[in-house]
Amino acid sequence: MVNYIWIGMTLIGLVFAAINGKMKDVNEAIFQSANEAVTLCIGLISILVFWLGIMRIAQDSGLLDKFSRLFRPIIKRLFPEVPENHPAMGYILSNIIANMFGLGNAATPLGIKAMEQLKELNGGRPVASRSMITFLALNTSGLTLIPTTVIAIRMNYHSASPTEIVGPTLLATTIATIAAILIDRYYYYKRTRNGVK
Amino acid sequence: MYILSIVSIWIIPLLIGFILIYSVMKKTPAYESFVDGGKEGIKIAVSIIPFLVGMLVAITVFRASGALDFFVHLLRPVLDFLGVPSEIVPLALIRPISGNAALGIMSDILKVHGPDTFIGKLASTIQGSTDTTLYVLTVYFGAVGIKKMGDALKVGLLADLVGISAAIIIITWMFG
Repeated sequence: MVNYIWIGMTLIGLVFAAINGKMKDVNEAIFQSANEAVTLCIGLISILVFWLGIMRIAQDSGLLDKFSRLFRPIIKRLFPEVPENHPAMGYILSNIIANMFGLGNAATPLGIKAMEQLKELNGGRPVASRSMITFLALNTSGLTLIPTTVIAIRMNYHSASPTEIVGPTLLATTIATIAAILIDRYYYYKRTRNGVK
Repeated sequence: MYILSIVSIWIIPLLIGFILIYSVMKKTPAYESFVDGGKEGIKIAVSIIPFLVGMLVAITVFRASGALDFFVHLLRPVLDFLGVPSEIVPLALIRPISGNAALGIMSDILKVHGPDTFIGKLASTIQGSTDTTLYVLTVYFGAVGIKKMGDALKVGLLADLVGISAAIIIITWMFG
């Protein structure tokens, strides 16, 4: 999908440039933007190193685990099919916590582990279970406490207040997450009404 | 609104302070952990270079050729009616599909319009408040071999729509 969008944008752009007589501008833009992209990534290093370093401290000191325990009662209600002491619960929790702190790369392996466990609970069938769909809904609505990368890019472009968007982001992500849970529940009840499980 | 801006300023320093104090209490080697985690950050930054170069070049070609203006012009009546700035459309469309591509578009918006403009703040909030549904779906289900994904895609995309709408409403309400 991204593949088509990417090719589409470039080719349509080239065609428009030919029609509008802007080939010279496009030519310049190609090399300039490639250069800017690399500069941007170098600029990201500072905040990524700092934040992932801080988060590693939280992980090694056991703070992340402690935090997970705090959320256990809520998670139990969201995943009624998962037994309380099943390993799936631990992976689901740590994945969600890692996502909240913007640890995308740490969150992915945990999420895959959680999926593995959920598949086992579902008898190993290659079909998404209710819990799996709920888990995905939570993940895709992107619960975030600290949008690290966004802050870094804002700093890069000399924002007067790079963290100004943390509050609105928190609010928007909360609304999206609540909506995801409600939509998930709606489809679940629709499925059970139709007798498909 | 006032509370939100206070939260924005305080949450990060407080969190850092709390994490460090906790680590002192638990007597774990904080500095070693920090350096260890930081190395991960370098890897991530370097690994997104190709994504950003690819996307930024495509977007710049699209924009510099006049193609973007043309499509935005077509959409303008509908967006004006909804009160949505048309510059945000490419980001809203790509956010659920590719996180790194969206990152490229967002940084392009911040560069062109400035990070502290209405559009800049809106783009930042959209980028921060939803996740890449298609990526999560592909990676998580792909890794464990789920072939029938049920309602997962529908649920994910609808949640994205809510998230993006919420971002637009909140930013309009706070800064509009």
